[in-house]
Amino acid sequence: MGATMPRNTPLMIHIIPGKCDYCGCCVGVCPEDAIELMESRISIIDERCTNCRKCVWACPWEVIQFHREGVEQLPKIQSLFLNQKKADEPLSR
Amino acid sequence: MVKDQYDVIVVGAGPAGSTAARFAAAGGASVLLLEKDRDVGYPVRCGEAVSHEGVVQFIAPDPKWIAATVTRFRLIAPNGKSVVPRLDGTAYVLERRLFDYELAKLAANEGAEVITKAYVYDLLRDDRGNAAGVKTLIKDVPVDIRARVVIGADGVETRVGKWAGIETECSIHDMESCAQVTISGIEAEQDILEFYFGESVSPGGYVWVFPKGAGTANVGLGITVEESKKKSAIRYLEEFVERRYPHAAVLTQIAGGVPCAKTCKTLVRNNVMLVGDAGHQVNPTSGGGIISGMIGGMIAGQVAADALKQNDLSLLTEYETRWHKRLGWRHEVFYNIKEAISSFSDETLNSIAESALSLSDEKRTVGGIFRTALWNKPSMLIEIAKVFVS
Ligand SMILES: Cc1cc2nc3c(=O)[nH]c(=O)nc-3n(C[C@H](O)[C@H](O)[C@H](O)COP(=O)(O)OP(=O)(O)OC[C@H]3O[C@@H](n4cnc5c(N)ncnc54)[C@H](O)[C@@H]3O)c2cc1C
Ligand code: SF4
Ligand code: SF4
Repeated sequence: MGATMPRNTPLMIHIIPGKCDYCGCCVGVCPEDAIELMESRISIIDERCTNCRKCVWACPWEVIQFHREGVEQLPKIQSLFLNQKKADEPLSR
Repeated sequence: MVKDQYDVIVVGAGPAGSTAARFAAAGGASVLLLEKDRDVGYPVRCGEAVSHEGVVQFIAPDPKWIAATVTRFRLIAPNGKSVVPRLDGTAYVLERRLFDYELAKLAANEGAEVITKAYVYDLLRDDRGNAAGVKTLIKDVPVDIRARVVIGADGVETRVGKWAGIETECSIHDMESCAQVTISGIEAEQDILEFYFGESVSPGGYVWVFPKGAGTANVGLGITVEESKKKSAIRYLEEFVERRYPHAAVLTQIAGGVPCAKTCKTLVRNNVMLVGDAGHQVNPTSGGGIISGMIGGMIAGQVAADALKQNDLSLLTEYETRWHKRLGWRHEVFYNIKEAISSFSDETLNSIAESALSLSDEKRTVGGIFRTALWNKPSMLIEIAKVFVS
């Protein structure tokens, strides 16, 4: 867990802003502990994710998408509330 | 005010966490129960069905948190034929929002402190790398709190085990991806649990319709993540509701996951223990995890309090032994039964229903139907035999 090989591809996993139900099904199948899930905030921890896609398949609501070309240019802000403007940044530790 | 040191910190105030906190506190430990959500018990991600025998081990049934009392259940085969076996005993459909709240109160009554909006984001570690407590955000403010024992009761999304080096990842073969709606304005018989089977409604799983008071029901389903690669749970659910209850009003909609696996191989590592969904203590056949998680929580809480009293944390592993004796071994059998049932084709399910219908009323018990199912899958016999022998 966590200590897997660094990825040499861009991050390809995208959580559609505002659609998540925060249920945790994706977190339960993630082999890398690469998803941070708070009460109403979710984010992929870029440096841990291996693009394995298990979370994409797991999501009951089809909230997580796989983009082969990478997710850099996709919208990031998850909520309009100002205090959550860093919504998809994982917690620093 | 939160102290900076406790004997036991429990992460997550679901049924398993509150029960662990309750029994640890009752055994004399100082206990802190941390919940990331604003409310204990909400949001509810559950069909909410439990057996009377399960509940009374922990709390006296109270109409306040019981939405429906059930005495029968109906199994609906893919071809629409239905069988209503007799149910020995009573089951309840809960108002978990209130039920979970009561369980947390029971923990508080024993002296546990409870804090909500407290998100645990890592373990504190000592020089040897053992857990020394948790790092948490309380109302978004970072706070480190020390503890001698950490109990991970953080549900299907568990991370506590991963941080402690315990394998808790659920395979995509075993994780059930779930969707549920609570609908109203329908005809819902209040004394019956309904289960629909079949490839088209819920491949390898089932749809449940559980009554929640007049005109209202929880309607949901779970499919394995393997299966949901092809088509997601929400799509199956929308189709089912559209077909069966086209005019229903949808009161709530939730997503969820259930780890329908065998119990995690490791439940205790040094001073970290896992209970409930976090340790995969769900009954793998039914997906029910409320009572089994509470049983896990109770044993873990008792063992933790004892080990602390004797000042010997190596005694914590007693929890694994006691869990496996009480339920873990059964769950291994249920796991094999799940594997058998989920491989049944629609034709097999239809023929089981057909043969069950031809049974006389008094033979149409769960056991009777199981026996007919066995004709189709004799290898199940060995697994079931294991449940009863020993
Ligand atoms: C759709 C669905 C239907 C179900 N139907 C039934 C049923 O009819 N009968 C039945 O018996 N079981 C059912 N289950 C299973 C049942 O809901 C679970 O097994 C049960 O809730 C497990 O209890 P728990 O205490 O282990 O976890 P949970 O009830 O999930 O509680 C875990 C708690 O931990 C908190 N938490 C998580 N991470 C953190 C963190 N980092 N910091 C702080 N807090 C955290 C969460 O917010 C949550 O409150 C169903 C499950 C689903 C998804
Ligand atoms: S793609 Fe795999 S590693 Fe990345 S977040 Fe999803 S499950 Fe975890
Ligand atoms: S499985 Fe889907 S809905 Fe559930 S927390 Fe993950 S992204 Fe959100």
